[in-house]
Amino acid sequence: MSRVRVLVGTRKGAFVLTADGRRDEWHVEGPLFGGWEIYHVTGSPADPDRLYASQSGGWFGQQIQRSDDGGATWRPVGNEFTYLGEPGTHQWYDGSQRPWEFTRVWHLEPSPADPDRVYAGSEDAALFRSDDGGVTWRELPGLRTHESGPSWQPGAGGMCLHTILLDPRDEQRLRVAISAAGVFASDDGGTSWTPSNKGLISEGIPDPDAEVGHCVHNLARHPDRPDTLYMQKHWHVMRSDDDGRTWYKISGDLPTDFGFPIEVHAHDPDTVYVVPITSDYLHVPPDGRLRVYRSRGGGHEWEPLTNGLPQKHCYVNVLRDAMATDSLDDCGIYFGTTGGQVYASPDAGDTWTPIVRDLPPVLSVEVQTLP
Amino acid sequence: MIRVTLPPHLRALARVDGEVALDVAEPVTLGSVLEALEIDYPVLRGAIRDHRTKRRRAFVRFFACEEDLSHQPPDTPLPTAVASGAEPLLIIGAMAGG
Repeated sequence: MSRVRVLVGTRKGAFVLTADGRRDEWHVEGPLFGGWEIYHVTGSPADPDRLYASQSGGWFGQQIQRSDDGGATWRPVGNEFTYLGEPGTHQWYDGSQRPWEFTRVWHLEPSPADPDRVYAGSEDAALFRSDDGGVTWRELPGLRTHESGPSWQPGAGGMCLHTILLDPRDEQRLRVAISAAGVFASDDGGTSWTPSNKGLISEGIPDPDAEVGHCVHNLARHPDRPDTLYMQKHWHVMRSDDDGRTWYKISGDLPTDFGFPIEVHAHDPDTVYVVPITSDYLHVPPDGRLRVYRSRGGGHEWEPLTNGLPQKHCYVNVLRDAMATDSLDDCGIYFGTTGGQVYASPDAGDTWTPIVRDLPPVLSVEVQTLP
Repeated sequence: MIRVTLPPHLRALARVDGEVALDVAEPVTLGSVLEALEIDYPVLRGAIRDHRTKRRRAFVRFFACEEDLSHQPPDTPLPTAVASGAEPLLIIGAMAGG
Protein backbone atom coordinates (compact mmCIF):
# COMPACT_ATOMS: atom_id res chain seq x y z
CA MET A 1 0.00 0.00 0.00
CA SER A 2 1.23 3.49 -0.79
CA ARG A 3 2.40 5.78 1.97
CA VAL A 4 2.77 9.51 2.31
CA ARG A 5 5.50 11.43 4.08
CA VAL A 6 4.79 15.05 4.91
CA LEU A 7 7.90 17.17 5.48
CA VAL A 8 7.27 20.23 7.63
CA GLY A 9 9.68 23.11 8.21
CA THR A 10 8.93 25.39 11.15
CA ARG A 11 10.39 28.32 13.03
CA LYS A 12 11.83 25.86 15.54
CA GLY A 13 12.82 22.69 13.79
CA ALA A 14 11.51 20.22 11.23
CA PHE A 15 8.88 17.51 11.58
CA VAL A 16 8.15 14.40 9.55
CA LEU A 17 4.56 13.17 9.46
CA THR A 18 3.83 9.77 7.98
CA ALA A 19 0.71 7.76 7.20
CA ASP A 20 -0.39 4.95 4.97
CA GLY A 21 -2.52 5.49 1.87
CA ARG A 22 -5.68 5.87 3.92
CA ARG A 23 -4.15 8.96 5.48
CA ASP A 24 -6.23 8.71 8.64
CA GLU A 25 -3.60 7.84 11.27
CA TRP A 26 -0.46 9.89 11.48
CA HIS A 27 2.91 9.38 13.09
CA VAL A 28 4.61 12.62 14.06
CA GLU A 29 8.39 12.71 14.40
CA GLY A 30 10.43 15.71 15.52
CA PRO A 31 11.58 18.24 16.16
CA LEU A 32 14.62 17.67 13.99
CA PHE A 33 17.22 20.45 14.24
CA GLY A 34 15.41 21.82 17.29
CA GLY A 35 15.69 25.54 17.78
CA TRP A 36 16.72 26.31 14.21
CA GLU A 37 14.51 27.88 11.61
CA ILE A 38 13.84 25.35 8.90
CA TYR A 39 12.73 27.29 5.87
CA HIS A 40 12.25 24.27 3.65
CA VAL A 41 12.47 20.47 3.71
CA THR A 42 11.95 18.51 0.55
CA GLY A 43 12.74 15.20 -1.12
CA SER A 44 14.33 14.20 -4.40
CA PRO A 45 11.80 12.94 -6.95
CA ALA A 46 14.58 10.70 -8.30
CA ASP A 47 15.32 9.11 -4.92
CA PRO A 48 12.64 9.59 -2.26
CA ASP A 49 15.11 8.61 0.47
CA ARG A 50 17.25 11.64 -0.39
CA LEU A 51 15.95 14.61 1.60
CA TYR A 52 17.30 18.14 1.88
CA ALA A 53 16.60 20.67 4.63
CA SER A 54 17.48 24.33 4.78
CA GLN A 55 18.42 25.13 8.35
CA SER A 56 19.17 28.72 9.30
CA GLY A 57 19.33 31.01 12.25
CA GLY A 58 20.17 34.56 13.15
CA TRP A 59 23.12 33.49 15.29
CA PHE A 60 24.95 30.82 13.33
CA GLY A 61 23.79 31.27 9.73
CA GLN A 62 22.94 28.72 7.10
CA GLN A 63 23.34 24.96 7.05
CA ILE A 64 22.09 22.47 4.51
CA GLN A 65 21.16 19.16 6.07
CA ARG A 66 20.83 15.98 4.03
CA SER A 67 19.31 12.61 4.71
CA ASP A 68 19.97 9.55 2.58
CA ASP A 69 17.59 7.26 4.44
CA GLY A 70 14.24 8.97 4.25
CA GLY A 71 14.80 11.22 7.23
CA ALA A 72 15.99 8.63 9.76
CA THR A 73 19.44 10.23 9.96
CA TRP A 74 20.76 13.57 8.80
CA ARG A 75 24.11 15.22 8.36
CA PRO A 76 25.12 18.77 7.53
CA VAL A 77 26.62 19.02 4.07
CA GLY A 78 27.76 22.29 2.48
CA ASN A 79 26.90 25.77 3.64
CA GLU A 80 29.11 28.03 1.56
CA PHE A 81 26.91 30.26 -0.59
CA THR A 82 29.09 32.89 -2.20
CA TYR A 83 27.93 35.34 -4.83
CA LEU A 84 30.25 35.10 -7.79
CA GLY A 85 32.31 38.05 -8.92
CA GLU A 86 31.86 41.51 -7.55
CA PRO A 87 28.39 41.29 -5.98
CA GLY A 88 27.39 44.92 -6.59
CA THR A 89 24.32 46.44 -4.99
CA HIS A 90 20.54 46.32 -5.03
CA GLN A 91 17.93 48.72 -3.80
CA TRP A 92 17.14 48.78 -0.08
CA TYR A 93 13.88 49.69 1.64
CA ASP A 94 14.89 53.34 1.96
CA GLY A 95 15.75 53.61 -1.73
CA SER A 96 19.49 53.52 -1.16
CA GLN A 97 21.76 50.92 -2.75
CA ARG A 98 23.02 48.13 -0.52
CA PRO A 99 25.56 45.37 -1.23
CA TRP A 100 24.15 41.94 -2.01
CA GLU A 101 24.52 39.82 1.09
CA PHE A 102 23.63 36.17 1.54
CA THR A 103 21.30 35.55 4.48
CA ARG A 104 19.61 32.18 4.04
CA VAL A 105 18.18 29.59 1.68
CA TRP A 106 14.43 29.89 1.34
CA HIS A 107 13.75 27.05 -1.04
CA LEU A 108 15.44 23.88 -2.28
CA GLU A 109 14.39 22.29 -5.56
CA PRO A 110 15.91 18.88 -6.32
CA SER A 111 16.29 17.80 -9.94
CA PRO A 112 13.62 15.36 -11.09
CA ALA A 113 16.32 13.15 -12.62
CA ASP A 114 19.44 13.37 -10.45
CA PRO A 115 19.33 13.04 -6.65
CA ASP A 116 22.68 14.83 -6.36
CA ARG A 117 21.53 17.90 -8.26
CA VAL A 118 19.60 20.47 -6.29
CA TYR A 119 18.85 24.15 -6.77
CA ALA A 120 18.66 26.66 -3.92
CA GLY A 121 16.89 30.01 -3.91
CA SER A 122 18.37 32.48 -1.47
CA GLU A 123 17.91 35.79 0.28
CA ASP A 124 19.31 38.17 -1.03
CA ALA A 125 17.82 36.77 -4.19
CA ALA A 126 20.10 34.46 -6.12
CA LEU A 127 19.99 30.98 -7.57
CA PHE A 128 22.56 28.37 -6.60
CA ARG A 129 23.06 24.81 -7.82
CA SER A 130 24.78 21.81 -6.30
CA ASP A 131 25.73 18.76 -8.35
CA ASP A 132 27.16 16.80 -5.44
CA GLY A 133 24.24 16.39 -3.09
CA GLY A 134 24.55 19.77 -1.43
CA VAL A 135 28.23 19.54 -0.50
CA THR A 136 29.33 22.40 -2.75
CA TRP A 137 27.23 25.19 -4.20
CA ARG A 138 27.81 27.42 -7.19
CA GLU A 139 25.81 30.47 -8.03
CA LEU A 140 24.18 30.80 -11.43
CA PRO A 141 25.05 34.50 -11.52
CA GLY A 142 23.24 35.49 -14.70
CA LEU A 143 20.07 35.99 -12.71
CA ARG A 144 21.40 38.29 -9.98
CA THR A 145 23.48 40.20 -12.50
CA HIS A 146 20.53 40.82 -14.81
CA GLU A 147 20.53 44.49 -15.83
CA SER A 148 17.47 45.08 -13.67
CA GLY A 149 19.17 43.66 -10.54
CA PRO A 150 20.19 46.98 -8.99
CA SER A 151 16.52 48.03 -9.05
CA TRP A 152 15.25 44.97 -7.16
CA GLN A 153 14.10 45.84 -3.69
CA PRO A 154 12.99 43.54 -0.91
CA GLY A 155 9.41 42.82 0.00
CA ALA A 156 8.36 42.90 3.63
CA GLY A 157 9.80 39.42 4.17
CA GLY A 158 13.11 40.17 2.51
CA MET A 159 14.35 39.97 -1.06
CA CYS A 160 14.11 36.26 -1.46
CA LEU A 161 14.12 33.83 -4.35
CA HIS A 162 11.36 31.57 -3.06
CA THR A 163 10.02 29.60 -6.02
CA ILE A 164 11.92 27.44 -8.52
CA LEU A 165 10.03 25.61 -11.26
CA LEU A 166 11.92 23.01 -13.28
CA ASP A 167 10.33 22.05 -16.56
CA PRO A 168 9.61 18.30 -16.61
CA ARG A 169 10.30 18.30 -20.37
CA ASP A 170 13.69 19.98 -20.19
CA GLU A 171 15.66 20.89 -17.08
CA GLN A 172 17.39 23.70 -18.99
CA ARG A 173 14.13 25.60 -18.73
CA LEU A 174 13.86 27.30 -15.35
CA ARG A 175 11.27 29.68 -13.99
CA VAL A 176 11.91 31.42 -10.69
CA ALA A 177 10.07 34.00 -8.63
CA ILE A 178 11.61 36.70 -6.46
CA SER A 179 9.86 38.89 -3.93
CA ALA A 180 9.58 41.74 -4.94
CA ALA A 181 11.16 41.58 -8.39
CA GLY A 182 8.86 39.10 -10.14
CA VAL A 183 9.23 36.09 -12.38
CA PHE A 184 12.37 35.40 -14.41
CA ALA A 185 12.86 32.77 -17.10
CA SER A 186 15.89 30.93 -18.38
CA ASP A 187 15.93 28.44 -21.24
CA ASP A 188 19.66 27.70 -21.03
CA GLY A 189 20.02 26.11 -17.63
CA GLY A 190 20.27 29.36 -15.72
CA THR A 191 22.95 31.10 -17.76
CA SER A 192 20.81 33.91 -19.12
CA TRP A 193 17.50 35.26 -17.87
CA THR A 194 14.62 37.42 -19.01
CA PRO A 195 11.83 38.99 -16.94
CA SER A 196 8.59 37.09 -17.38
CA ASN A 197 5.97 39.44 -15.97
CA LYS A 198 3.91 40.62 -18.92
CA GLY A 199 0.31 41.13 -17.84
CA LEU A 200 1.05 41.61 -14.15
CA ILE A 201 -0.41 44.82 -12.77
CA SER A 202 0.81 46.08 -9.40
CA GLU A 203 -0.83 49.26 -8.15
CA GLY A 204 1.52 50.99 -5.78
CA ILE A 205 4.66 50.77 -7.86
CA PRO A 206 5.52 53.75 -10.08
CA ASP A 207 4.79 51.87 -13.30
CA PRO A 208 2.01 49.33 -12.56
CA ASP A 209 2.88 47.09 -15.51
CA ALA A 210 6.64 47.46 -15.24
CA GLU A 211 8.89 44.73 -16.60
CA VAL A 212 10.18 43.98 -13.07
CA GLY A 213 9.24 44.98 -9.52
CA HIS A 214 6.16 42.80 -8.97
CA CYS A 215 5.67 41.05 -5.65
CA VAL A 216 5.05 37.47 -6.69
CA HIS A 217 4.24 35.21 -3.74
CA ASN A 218 4.18 31.73 -5.26
CA LEU A 219 3.94 29.79 -8.53
CA ALA A 220 2.52 26.37 -9.34
CA ARG A 221 2.58 24.14 -12.37
CA HIS A 222 1.07 20.79 -13.26
CA PRO A 223 3.54 18.35 -14.86
CA ASP A 224 1.02 17.15 -17.44
CA ARG A 225 0.48 20.63 -18.84
CA PRO A 226 3.72 22.42 -18.12
CA ASP A 227 3.01 25.54 -20.15
CA THR A 228 0.23 26.49 -17.75
CA LEU A 229 1.48 28.30 -14.67
CA TYR A 230 -0.54 29.65 -11.79
CA MET A 231 0.54 32.55 -9.59
CA GLN A 232 -0.52 33.95 -6.24
CA LYS A 233 0.65 37.51 -6.37
CA HIS A 234 0.70 40.16 -3.65
CA TRP A 235 -2.73 41.03 -5.00
CA HIS A 236 -4.35 38.99 -7.79
CA VAL A 237 -4.34 35.33 -8.68
CA MET A 238 -2.86 34.98 -12.16
CA ARG A 239 -2.48 32.35 -14.86
CA SER A 240 -0.20 31.91 -17.84
CA ASP A 241 -0.78 29.49 -20.71
CA ASP A 242 2.51 30.20 -22.44
CA ASP A 243 5.05 29.18 -19.79
CA GLY A 244 5.06 32.56 -18.11
CA ARG A 245 5.54 34.83 -21.10
CA THR A 246 2.13 36.47 -20.53
CA TRP A 247 -0.23 36.42 -17.58
CA TYR A 248 -3.92 37.09 -17.06
CA LYS A 249 -6.04 37.47 -13.96
CA ILE A 250 -8.18 34.60 -12.68
CA SER A 251 -9.18 35.97 -9.27
CA GLY A 252 -12.86 35.84 -10.29
CA ASP A 253 -15.19 35.54 -7.32
CA LEU A 254 -12.58 35.08 -4.60
CA PRO A 255 -13.46 37.05 -1.44
CA THR A 256 -9.97 38.55 -1.59
CA ASP A 257 -7.19 37.77 -4.00
CA PHE A 258 -4.40 38.43 -1.53
CA GLY A 259 -2.61 35.35 -0.23
CA PHE A 260 0.60 33.40 -0.31
CA PRO A 261 0.45 29.74 -1.48
CA ILE A 262 -1.01 28.30 -4.67
CA GLU A 263 -1.16 24.61 -5.56
CA VAL A 264 -2.46 22.39 -8.36
CA HIS A 265 -4.33 19.10 -7.98
CA ALA A 266 -2.04 16.15 -8.68
CA HIS A 267 -4.20 14.71 -11.46
CA ASP A 268 -6.08 17.68 -12.86
CA PRO A 269 -4.20 20.71 -14.19
CA ASP A 270 -7.42 22.73 -14.06
CA THR A 271 -8.00 22.27 -10.34
CA VAL A 272 -6.14 24.86 -8.34
CA TYR A 273 -6.10 25.93 -4.69
CA VAL A 274 -5.43 29.20 -2.87
CA VAL A 275 -5.85 30.44 0.71
CA PRO A 276 -7.20 34.01 0.63
CA ILE A 277 -6.32 36.31 3.51
CA THR A 278 -7.89 39.64 4.23
CA SER A 279 -5.31 42.05 2.87
CA ASP A 280 -1.67 42.99 2.64
CA TYR A 281 -1.80 44.53 6.09
CA LEU A 282 -4.19 42.01 7.68
CA HIS A 283 -2.57 38.63 7.12
CA VAL A 284 -5.51 36.69 8.56
CA PRO A 285 -8.44 34.82 7.02
CA PRO A 286 -11.51 36.97 6.28
CA ASP A 287 -14.00 36.98 9.15
CA GLY A 288 -11.76 34.68 11.20
CA ARG A 289 -12.80 31.72 9.02
CA LEU A 290 -10.05 29.56 7.56
CA ARG A 291 -11.07 28.60 4.04
CA VAL A 292 -9.16 27.08 1.18
CA TYR A 293 -10.64 28.07 -2.18
CA ARG A 294 -10.70 25.61 -5.04
CA SER A 295 -11.30 26.26 -8.70
CA ARG A 296 -12.09 23.27 -10.88
CA GLY A 297 -11.97 25.26 -14.09
CA GLY A 298 -8.48 26.69 -13.94
CA GLY A 299 -9.51 29.89 -12.17
CA HIS A 300 -12.23 32.55 -12.33
CA GLU A 301 -14.84 30.56 -10.37
CA TRP A 302 -13.89 29.50 -6.88
CA GLU A 303 -15.58 27.49 -4.14
CA PRO A 304 -14.80 27.77 -0.45
CA LEU A 305 -13.67 24.57 1.28
CA THR A 306 -14.59 24.65 4.95
CA ASN A 307 -15.40 21.13 6.11
CA GLY A 308 -13.12 20.49 9.08
CA LEU A 309 -11.46 23.91 9.05
CA PRO A 310 -12.08 26.40 11.88
CA GLN A 311 -14.90 28.75 10.92
CA LYS A 312 -14.64 31.21 13.77
CA HIS A 313 -11.90 33.00 15.70
CA CYS A 314 -9.16 31.77 13.40
CA TYR A 315 -6.40 34.28 12.69
CA VAL A 316 -3.56 32.16 11.37
CA ASN A 317 -1.80 32.59 8.04
CA VAL A 318 -0.57 30.07 5.50
CA LEU A 319 2.84 30.97 4.08
CA ARG A 320 3.92 30.62 0.47
CA ASP A 321 5.70 27.27 0.71
CA ALA A 322 3.29 25.74 3.22
CA MET A 323 0.87 23.91 0.91
CA ALA A 324 1.42 20.72 -1.09
CA THR A 325 -0.36 17.75 -2.64
CA ASP A 326 0.24 14.03 -2.70
CA SER A 327 -0.27 12.01 -5.85
CA LEU A 328 -2.49 9.20 -4.61
CA ASP A 329 -5.57 8.40 -6.69
CA ASP A 330 -7.78 10.58 -4.56
CA CYS A 331 -5.41 13.53 -4.39
CA GLY A 332 -4.48 14.60 -0.88
CA ILE A 333 -3.81 18.23 -0.12
CA TYR A 334 -1.98 19.58 2.93
CA PHE A 335 -1.16 22.93 4.43
CA GLY A 336 0.51 24.28 7.56
CA THR A 337 -0.33 27.47 9.43
CA THR A 338 1.48 30.08 11.43
CA GLY A 339 -0.50 28.70 14.38
CA GLY A 340 1.31 25.38 14.14
CA GLN A 341 -1.49 23.26 12.69
CA VAL A 342 -0.99 20.99 9.69
CA TYR A 343 -4.28 20.20 7.98
CA ALA A 344 -4.78 17.35 5.54
CA SER A 345 -7.54 16.55 3.12
CA PRO A 346 -7.48 13.04 1.63
CA ASP A 347 -10.27 13.91 -0.81
CA ALA A 348 -8.95 16.86 -2.82
CA GLY A 349 -10.17 19.43 -0.33
CA ASP A 350 -13.70 18.27 0.45
CA THR A 351 -12.92 17.39 4.07
CA TRP A 352 -10.06 18.44 6.31
CA THR A 353 -8.49 17.17 9.51
CA PRO A 354 -5.67 18.65 11.57
CA ILE A 355 -3.04 15.92 11.59
CA VAL A 356 -0.94 17.81 14.14
CA ARG A 357 -1.93 21.07 15.75
CA ASP A 358 0.60 22.54 18.16
CA LEU A 359 3.81 22.88 16.19
CA PRO A 360 5.85 26.08 15.97
CA PRO A 361 4.78 28.39 13.13
CA VAL A 362 4.92 26.39 9.91
CA LEU A 363 7.16 27.74 7.15
CA SER A 364 6.96 24.92 4.61
CA VAL A 365 5.07 21.75 3.80
CA GLU A 366 6.11 19.23 1.18
CA VAL A 367 4.62 15.80 0.52
CA GLN A 368 6.20 12.63 -0.78
CA THR A 369 4.04 9.83 -2.13
CA LEU A 370 5.88 6.58 -1.49
CA PRO A 371 5.27 3.06 -2.81
CA MET B 1 45.70 21.88 24.59
CA ILE B 2 43.37 24.81 24.14
CA ARG B 3 39.91 24.40 25.62
CA VAL B 4 36.92 25.85 23.77
CA THR B 5 33.32 25.92 24.96
CA LEU B 6 30.69 26.03 22.22
CA PRO B 7 27.07 27.15 22.53
CA PRO B 8 24.48 24.33 22.50
CA HIS B 9 23.46 24.81 18.84
CA LEU B 10 27.07 24.50 17.70
CA ARG B 11 27.73 21.52 19.99
CA ALA B 12 24.78 19.81 18.30
CA LEU B 13 26.07 20.76 14.86
CA ALA B 14 29.59 19.51 15.62
CA ARG B 15 28.25 16.50 17.49
CA VAL B 16 30.32 17.10 20.59
CA ASP B 17 29.50 17.08 24.29
CA GLY B 18 31.16 19.47 26.67
CA GLU B 19 34.36 21.29 25.84
CA VAL B 20 36.42 20.87 22.69
CA ALA B 21 40.19 20.42 23.02
CA LEU B 22 42.44 21.75 20.26
CA ASP B 23 46.12 21.63 19.46
CA VAL B 24 47.12 25.18 18.53
CA ALA B 25 50.65 26.25 17.69
CA GLU B 26 52.15 29.37 19.29
CA PRO B 27 51.26 32.16 19.25
CA VAL B 28 47.78 31.34 20.47
CA THR B 29 45.45 34.00 19.12
CA LEU B 30 41.74 34.29 18.64
CA GLY B 31 42.26 33.72 14.92
CA SER B 32 44.52 30.69 15.30
CA VAL B 33 42.12 29.02 17.71
CA LEU B 34 39.17 29.56 15.36
CA GLU B 35 41.28 28.25 12.49
CA ALA B 36 42.12 25.09 14.44
CA LEU B 37 38.49 24.69 15.48
CA GLU B 38 37.30 24.88 11.87
CA ILE B 39 39.95 22.39 10.74
CA ASP B 40 38.89 19.84 13.35
CA TYR B 41 35.17 20.59 12.91
CA PRO B 42 34.60 21.71 9.30
CA VAL B 43 30.86 21.87 9.87
CA LEU B 44 31.47 24.99 11.96
CA ARG B 45 32.89 26.91 9.01
CA GLY B 46 30.53 29.75 8.30
CA ALA B 47 28.69 29.33 11.58
CA ILE B 48 31.02 31.43 13.75
CA ARG B 49 32.56 33.72 11.14
CA ASP B 50 32.05 34.42 7.47
CA HIS B 51 33.62 31.90 5.09
CA ARG B 52 35.56 34.48 3.11
CA THR B 53 35.93 37.65 5.15
CA LYS B 54 36.41 35.78 8.46
CA ARG B 55 34.24 38.47 10.00
CA ARG B 56 32.58 37.36 13.25
CA ARG B 57 28.87 36.69 12.88
CA ALA B 58 26.93 39.50 14.51
CA PHE B 59 25.37 37.46 17.32
CA VAL B 60 28.48 35.51 18.27
CA ARG B 61 30.71 36.63 21.14
CA PHE B 62 34.09 35.47 22.45
CA PHE B 63 34.78 35.53 26.19
CA ALA B 64 37.75 34.33 28.27
CA CYS B 65 38.94 34.97 31.80
CA GLU B 66 35.97 37.28 32.36
CA GLU B 67 37.02 39.45 29.43
CA ASP B 68 34.98 40.18 26.32
CA LEU B 69 37.31 39.53 23.39
CA SER B 70 34.62 39.86 20.74
CA HIS B 71 35.92 43.08 19.28
CA GLN B 72 39.60 42.18 19.36
CA PRO B 73 41.48 41.73 16.08
CA PRO B 74 42.04 38.06 15.20
CA ASP B 75 45.79 38.28 15.79
CA THR B 76 45.30 39.35 19.41
CA PRO B 77 47.09 36.88 21.73
CA LEU B 78 44.66 35.11 24.02
CA PRO B 79 45.17 35.37 27.79
CA THR B 80 47.95 33.18 29.18
CA ALA B 81 45.44 31.10 31.10
CA VAL B 82 43.71 30.18 27.84
CA ALA B 83 46.99 29.49 26.05
CA SER B 84 48.05 27.19 28.88
CA GLY B 85 44.71 25.36 28.93
CA ALA B 86 43.85 26.52 32.44
CA GLU B 87 40.80 28.43 31.23
CA PRO B 88 38.52 27.86 28.20
CA LEU B 89 37.73 30.25 25.39
CA LEU B 90 33.98 30.69 25.54
CA ILE B 91 32.11 31.05 22.25
CA ILE B 92 28.68 32.39 23.06
CA GLY B 93 25.53 32.98 21.07
CA ALA B 94 24.66 36.51 22.16
CA MET B 95 21.41 36.91 24.05
CA ALA B 96 18.71 38.11 21.69
CA GLY B 97 15.03 37.55 21.15
CA GLY B 98 13.33 34.57 19.59
